[in-house]
Amino acid sequence: MIRSLRWKGAAFTVPFQLGFVFLYLVPIGYAVYQSLYREQQSGLGLGGSTEKFSGWANYQQGLTDPAFLSSILRVVLFACVQIPVMLFISLVLALLLDALTSRVASRFRILLLVPYMIPGVVAAIVWINLYSPDVGPLTPMGEVLGFHWNFFSPSMVWTSIGNLLTWHGIGYNMVIIYSALQAVPRDLFEAARLDGASEIRIARSIKVPYVRGALVLTGLLSIIQMLQIFNEPALFRNVTPQTVNDSFTPIMIIYNQAFNAGNYHYAAALSVLLALILGIASFLFYRLTSREAD
Amino acid sequence: MTLTEHRAEKVPARMVRRLTTPDPASRSRGGQRFLLVGLVLASAYSLFPVWWLIVAATKNRTGLYQSNGLWFSGWHLWDNLHQLFTYEDGIFLRWTANSLLYAGVGSLGGTLIALATGYGLARFEFPGRNLVFACVVGSFLIPLALLTLPLYLLFSAIGMVDTPWAMLIPCLINPFSVYLAKVYTEATIPFELLEAARLDGAGELRIFFSIVLRMMTTGGATVFLLAFVNTWNAFFLPLTVLRGEENWTLNLGLYNWSGKRLESGVDLTSLVLTGALLSIVPMAIMMVAMRRYWRTGVTLGALK
Repeated sequence: MIRSLRWKGAAFTVPFQLGFVFLYLVPIGYAVYQSLYREQQSGLGLGGSTEKFSGWANYQQGLTDPAFLSSILRVVLFACVQIPVMLFISLVLALLLDALTSRVASRFRILLLVPYMIPGVVAAIVWINLYSPDVGPLTPMGEVLGFHWNFFSPSMVWTSIGNLLTWHGIGYNMVIIYSALQAVPRDLFEAARLDGASEIRIARSIKVPYVRGALVLTGLLSIIQMLQIFNEPALFRNVTPQTVNDSFTPIMIIYNQAFNAGNYHYAAALSVLLALILGIASFLFYRLTSREAD
Repeated sequence: MTLTEHRAEKVPARMVRRLTTPDPASRSRGGQRFLLVGLVLASAYSLFPVWWLIVAATKNRTGLYQSNGLWFSGWHLWDNLHQLFTYEDGIFLRWTANSLLYAGVGSLGGTLIALATGYGLARFEFPGRNLVFACVVGSFLIPLALLTLPLYLLFSAIGMVDTPWAMLIPCLINPFSVYLAKVYTEATIPFELLEAARLDGAGELRIFFSIVLRMMTTGGATVFLLAFVNTWNAFFLPLTVLRGEENWTLNLGLYNWSGKRLESGVDLTSLVLTGALLSIVPMAIMMVAMRRYWRTGVTLGALK
């Protein structure tokens, strides 16, 4: 390619590069820098405070902070239940859609995608009100059936949030799995049918293995989102501050350290730690699922 | 270069396959009925919260607390809307305008920058090109909190916190949009066309603005749509960088009302629910109007 053309091509990417430096690289660098310092009160706290290099101290504190560690454990345990349930439902729905004529399937696909069109905050507000004993229809419904549901009790709150996330996520995940299913060569099914395989057998032995890639991908995206969960618990905290405390999830702790405790240095260290955990978790998940495929 | 050409073929091939998919016709009546029952139940689960929200927005206070939640009881939608629009001097309208401004202007600027970057990455070779692309893909794994907190500190150092700029500027740079723009460029802009335009003496800027952008309408619309939805749904960034309620987004305002409801004596439930319903409307209009673009975007988004 002609030399001048190269630079003209590069020029198209310059606005993005500048923005990326200012909005991504500088903030990350700043966070890492801040995480290595601590604020020190000087002279009875009257003379203001000074920053002092503290090395790994913030990281050590983070790795031994019971609140931070238990928030991570809480989110990971929750992810281990909610994500498989959501993906299983999405997979079943995608298989059902795939077995229908494409005209009927597209009608249902739009209906099932309605929750995805709703902003996460609004979805949480709607479900919180559905759960509410005052205005929601679910509590009286439970009474009729003989249950005494309290959706905001400590033992129920994760189920309540899990149902909200599942409701919000199945449409999107279903579409991804469904489009992977559409790419499976149809003659495979004909051959299997000629051999006398039932539809369920075809789904289990041909379709599901074919969409493994889509399942791994949706799983990975869900894990990345789940470790960073903030909106839903923050809205639930509005209603039940006793059950959903301010260190319920890792990001809630980071937010509180930064804005309520004013401890930016520690918050920066925790967010770097969370980024590392996220990277490791994604890597492990990817390795684990791709090894199974061999 | 071979890699990009290979990719360019991939997208149309997939679409062709989808179009020619034969009907997986029903095998048996009973089986078909079973499928339909399953899908109807799933659709009911998906839709009933929205139905409840619509019904709740038409009720007054007594109806909301005492009548059956899944059916109408009196028609008070206009009263609720009136109350919503006049509460605190119409702050709700202000939040709506803010959300539209941030999502509209931010996504428009972001889409233009992303299209230029995607075009540069897909159709030119220059030193550092791979590095830029690696940054784009690598940034998908960075947690939002790692960026947002230091960004808040930087913005407050230059006095930008609590101004619309604190929301607009981050929207301009969206790595995922760049990724999509690159994929679309590879699928729609042939090298030969660019060569021909250059031989005719067109400058690079002119080629970009009058040929490339025009051919990328579909791709650009998808990128814009996804960015718009993202910004409209944003919560953590506005919560962090916007303090005064005159700059808030709809999401922030509704979050605040939803919390106030139990803290003070005012009952805002009706306002929150009517406001929640209204905040879905622009999103629904956008999604239905741009359905064609949105579908390809959702599936392409999966590739990230």
